[in-house]
Amino acid sequence: MSIDQSDIDKLAQLSRLEFAESEHADFVSKLGSIVEFVDQLQAAETDGVLPMAHPLDLVQRLRPDTANPNIDRDALQSTTDAVADGLYLVPKVIE
Amino acid sequence: MNDRMHAWTLTETRAALADGMTTSTELVRHLLDRVQGAGEALNAFITVDVERALERAAASDERRRTGAARSLEGLPIAHKDIFCTRGVRTTCGSKMLENFVPPYDATVVSNLEAAGAVVIGKTNMDEFAMGSSNETSYFGDVRNPWSTACSPGGSSGGSAAAVAARLVAAATGTDTGGSIRQPAALCGLTGLKPTYGRVSRYGMIAFASSLDQAGTLTRSAADAAMLLSVMAGADPHDSTSVDVPVEDYEAELAASVKGKRIGVVREFMVDGNDPENSAALKAAFDVLRSLGAEVVEISLPNIGLSVPTYYVVAPAECSSNLSRFDGVRFGHRVSDPEDLQDLYTRSRAEGFGDEVKRRIMTGTYVLSAGYYDAYYLKAQQVRRLISADFQTAFEQVDLLAGPTTPTCAFRLGEKTDDPITMYLNDIYTIGANLAGLPAISVPCGYAQGLPVGLQLVAPAFGESQLLNLAHQYQLATDWHTHAPEAFA
Repeated sequence: MSIDQSDIDKLAQLSRLEFAESEHADFVSKLGSIVEFVDQLQAAETDGVLPMAHPLDLVQRLRPDTANPNIDRDALQSTTDAVADGLYLVPKVIE
Repeated sequence: MNDRMHAWTLTETRAALADGMTTSTELVRHLLDRVQGAGEALNAFITVDVERALERAAASDERRRTGAARSLEGLPIAHKDIFCTRGVRTTCGSKMLENFVPPYDATVVSNLEAAGAVVIGKTNMDEFAMGSSNETSYFGDVRNPWSTACSPGGSSGGSAAAVAARLVAAATGTDTGGSIRQPAALCGLTGLKPTYGRVSRYGMIAFASSLDQAGTLTRSAADAAMLLSVMAGADPHDSTSVDVPVEDYEAELAASVKGKRIGVVREFMVDGNDPENSAALKAAFDVLRSLGAEVVEISLPNIGLSVPTYYVVAPAECSSNLSRFDGVRFGHRVSDPEDLQDLYTRSRAEGFGDEVKRRIMTGTYVLSAGYYDAYYLKAQQVRRLISADFQTAFEQVDLLAGPTTPTCAFRLGEKTDDPITMYLNDIYTIGANLAGLPAISVPCGYAQGLPVGLQLVAPAFGESQLLNLAHQYQLATDWHTHAPEAFA
């Protein structure tokens, strides 16, 4: 698969990223070479091989579903100034 | 007061503190002088925590006076700036987190502190641990103490440079595709990546969650054993940490390695490696034989696909993990967003560097409709083939051996134009991450005057035999004791 500018535009939109016009050629070329590189996987014989999501094939450990006291809200929200009354502030979403 | 304290390993420092030869305060002052003196030019640290380090050293000395010393009491260490430290800026090498002060400690940080370790600072790293040369850091390149024109490797390049330059005896690192072992090899250090899940990932900023693992950069296997004993263990805050008993790694170091079967990976001993690297490795295999180990050749038939597999799996997981950086709750936020989409998009475009953007875009590509089966699912299948090769190999041998890297340290700027050339630096380290296995790099000689690393890989949770063999090798050799001249 080769990568062109329209792929970059679509991926940028999905990734919530944007690029200056001057960066376009570089991203097309480098992303293209990465995709070309990983394309060698297509030659591998994998019929019937179970995909591996966990390196040790372990299942997620569960804990009792009980409420635990955690870090308090003020401490958590100390990482931004855009808070008011315990809520995060973002630009207006609904008119 | 001894002006050679920086030359002590962690083990030697522990003994010196116990014998009253020095105090943690003296030691910390001596190291901080080096960090802020000769060490400055290496750019190994992003944040040096002078005030808190001296406070904690004083508290530690007081504790020792009252007979309440813990296992790492007063020992100075540094953390890779990927580990959250409560009240101390944690940047992950990114503009995105330039001003991020975490409200909590990573479990690795709290475990080491509970054992008495004193943190002197946070080390430089490739942005979000994505890189093999430390050149993607927003805070500038790190220089290799063995040759300042060269890269220390990455992504734990700051930790490696700091320990190699004797600015601190030990530092933490993380290894997703080789980020502890490769810089350890390039800086003449012992770098340990434990089994996936052996050490908690809580508070360790996530890159690729099925591959990331915390470990150590030290000057000996004995020092790595000392730290791992404290760092390892199941953690209620990380459901992927594994509940397997933590061994007394230091107690196992002395065991004989006579009769151990060691498999040299055929696919790793190729003509493409630097001939001086290969010569150093062959000499290392002879040392292993002289210790009574049986060295045989072994094959990992699918290992050649490990780099392309990694560059599908890791970016896929990265694109998901890094979606949390949206300018809302923490991290870089644009000042005048037009709307919510603009807040997300411009905060991310301004906050992330090029390599991080490339990986997010690659991950988004391989996960997107129409490509998921061909890339992501395919890579997960090949990952199982690679993992199965390791399992088959461990039916025949106890441990695997080979080079950590194809060449010694490369010059800064040499590989930055072509991402694939940079990616291929991790060709021998990525397999252990894909299979979740513990691996270590130890110094075994020189090529072009720069350190060469011998890599050993063990079955899952085989840290104790890995450290045992590395330690026995280090008793028979002295490569690990060599210091770069300018920082001896």
